[in-house]
Amino acid sequence: MTVSGGPLLDAARTGEPLAGPPELAVAALAGDRGGGPRPRAASAPHLAFRRVTEDPPWVRRGLIALALLFLGAFLLVPAAAVLWEAVRGGADLWWKAVSEPDALSAIKLTLLVAAISVPLNTLFGVAAAWSLTRFRFRGQNLLLSLIDLPFGVSPVIAGMVTILLFGAQGIFGAWCQAHGVKIAFAVPGIVLATVFVTFPFVARELIPFMQQQGTEEEEAALVMGASGWQILTRVTLPNVRWSLFYGVILCNARAMGEFGAVSVVSGHIRGLTNTIPLHVEILYNEYAFRASFAVASLLFLLALVTLVVKKAMEWRQHAERVAASRSEA
Amino acid sequence: MSIEIQGVHKAFGEQQVLRDVNLSLPGGELTALLGPSGCGKTTLLRILAGLEAPDAGEVRFGGEPIHDRTARERNVGLVFQHYALFRHLTVGENVAFPLRIRKRPKDEVAARVQELLGLVQLEGLARRYPHQLSGGQRQRVALARALATQPKVLLLDEPFGALDARVRQELRRWLRRLHDELHVTSVFVTHDQEEAFEVSDRVVLMNAGRIEQVGTPSQVFEEPASPFVMRFLGAVNVFRGRVDDGRAYVGDLEFSATATASGAGRAPAHVFVRPHELEVSLGAVPGSFAARVERVVTLGSAVRVELKAPPYGDRLEAELDPRRVQSLGLKAGDQVHLSPRRVRVFAGRDAELDSLTASNL
Repeated sequence: MTVSGGPLLDAARTGEPLAGPPELAVAALAGDRGGGPRPRAASAPHLAFRRVTEDPPWVRRGLIALALLFLGAFLLVPAAAVLWEAVRGGADLWWKAVSEPDALSAIKLTLLVAAISVPLNTLFGVAAAWSLTRFRFRGQNLLLSLIDLPFGVSPVIAGMVTILLFGAQGIFGAWCQAHGVKIAFAVPGIVLATVFVTFPFVARELIPFMQQQGTEEEEAALVMGASGWQILTRVTLPNVRWSLFYGVILCNARAMGEFGAVSVVSGHIRGLTNTIPLHVEILYNEYAFRASFAVASLLFLLALVTLVVKKAMEWRQHAERVAASRSEA
Repeated sequence: MSIEIQGVHKAFGEQQVLRDVNLSLPGGELTALLGPSGCGKTTLLRILAGLEAPDAGEVRFGGEPIHDRTARERNVGLVFQHYALFRHLTVGENVAFPLRIRKRPKDEVAARVQELLGLVQLEGLARRYPHQLSGGQRQRVALARALATQPKVLLLDEPFGALDARVRQELRRWLRRLHDELHVTSVFVTHDQEEAFEVSDRVVLMNAGRIEQVGTPSQVFEEPASPFVMRFLGAVNVFRGRVDDGRAYVGDLEFSATATASGAGRAPAHVFVRPHELEVSLGAVPGSFAARVERVVTLGSAVRVELKAPPYGDRLEAELDPRRVQSLGLKAGDQVHLSPRRVRVFAGRDAELDSLTASNL
């Protein structure tokens, strides 16, 4: 039954012309709809069936509806609200809010923090993934769990740790003061807290992928005479480039959007230690709602750009493959 | 280039993988390392490639010790079971990889890639990616890549293991012809006896980290050095008996035992008979014993007859020509007589036999 019915059902779904007699097609369609009334099923009961692995239609529809509802209520509506609030006052107001000096300095600081912490964590992520998947050593599992630590603790703690270490009463605080190094309530502290919060992203993307890929290609390259650096740049990195890229994008999004950790160490000095999320909060607390939403829309745009870039890379990768398969023969 | 392996030991943690392996392979030959999984054959291959270091012992290529040469410096070709092609590179780029690593001039690389793809009969496919090729094609790309730098030694780790039966057959013959053309010293790992016999000049049988026997395919098949070899190389009937002064006894039957049966003075022994060397007849003949046909299985060019012959054995097998089966008119339930045409006797107790075949035969 399943063997003869499979193609029939597929044809019915895709709307392709069916080779069989028309009543068979109707019966197949009725079978596809499953639980509902099946007027023709009685005349051809042997064709009224579902695929064994298929859920009943009401389960399928119910789950899809639930997912869409959830997505709408918790993602689309708030996102639309932010955008709407941001532009409600007109483009001029929006532009004024995002181009005033404090906002500009917040944008600059956010970009700077991301520009430092993302490359650092990319480097760390590649190194961690490489060592965890290519070598066996004592404490491997401990390291693997530790990488996840920032996911497990509240970002506020990351900020507190920085203060505890480098604040005036902190362990290294006296040394910092004596040498005129400002870390807490300054840009270095913000960078440190951001690095702490975002460091699992790249490693977490790479490790499962590299584990699944195994080491054969690298061993092959080694036997062919490649050096460690050549293996990394010509075999490993090209192989993991999409995972790596995805990890970097996520890491960047989090680095730019981080609030809790940065809020603790920043000191909220306008024009100096405010990042975009902190600036949004300050404006909001000052009842400058329109300006607050305008700046928030920047973060929202970042999310959109992240999504689009990711999708574009996937399309490009797909196009590469299609082109490759066309160029042959 | 000849390969000498002397006193090689290797352990992974507690587990001994290779125990005092000694082996000498003359140059230009194709040798099969044959054994059940876990016998250490792949580890031995990886030691030759430089991907593992032996705990003790020495390896020499052409008389020169190579322990101080890393995998990159040995210039061996290595082919993996799952091809290990670089998936982000085209076929042509894959084959060119070892040449580019060596910074050879561009023209030379292009010419060599063409030559190699011709050698493995994949001329038109240089611009394809590995995922667009069939398994057999991928393995040929892997081979071309391994041969790119004209290695003195070619190592293949279960090269046909991931292919389906028909492609495997073709590729085996093709590999043999290629070797006859190139004569590069080659070592390949397999657990498939048929494959080892078909492709190689010389078979090295390994079991539990030791070498059991080295010889040509017909040598190891006709004159197995141990019960393990006997049992590993195809189906065999085993009879419990004893050996005494050059004669072996199983129940009322008596056979002449060769020198391989070392036991003297009524030592327990096992008598091995290959299914195709077990004669089936309807009437009793001298040296035969009675048996009952349990099942007749047609295998194509041969027929396997499963028999029961208490007290000699409950699960005996004989392999006959289909015409012979027809003329005897064999069917389940028939009473017949069996007479071994050729036996091999090894002294040893049951426990020893079992420990020798512990690796899941």
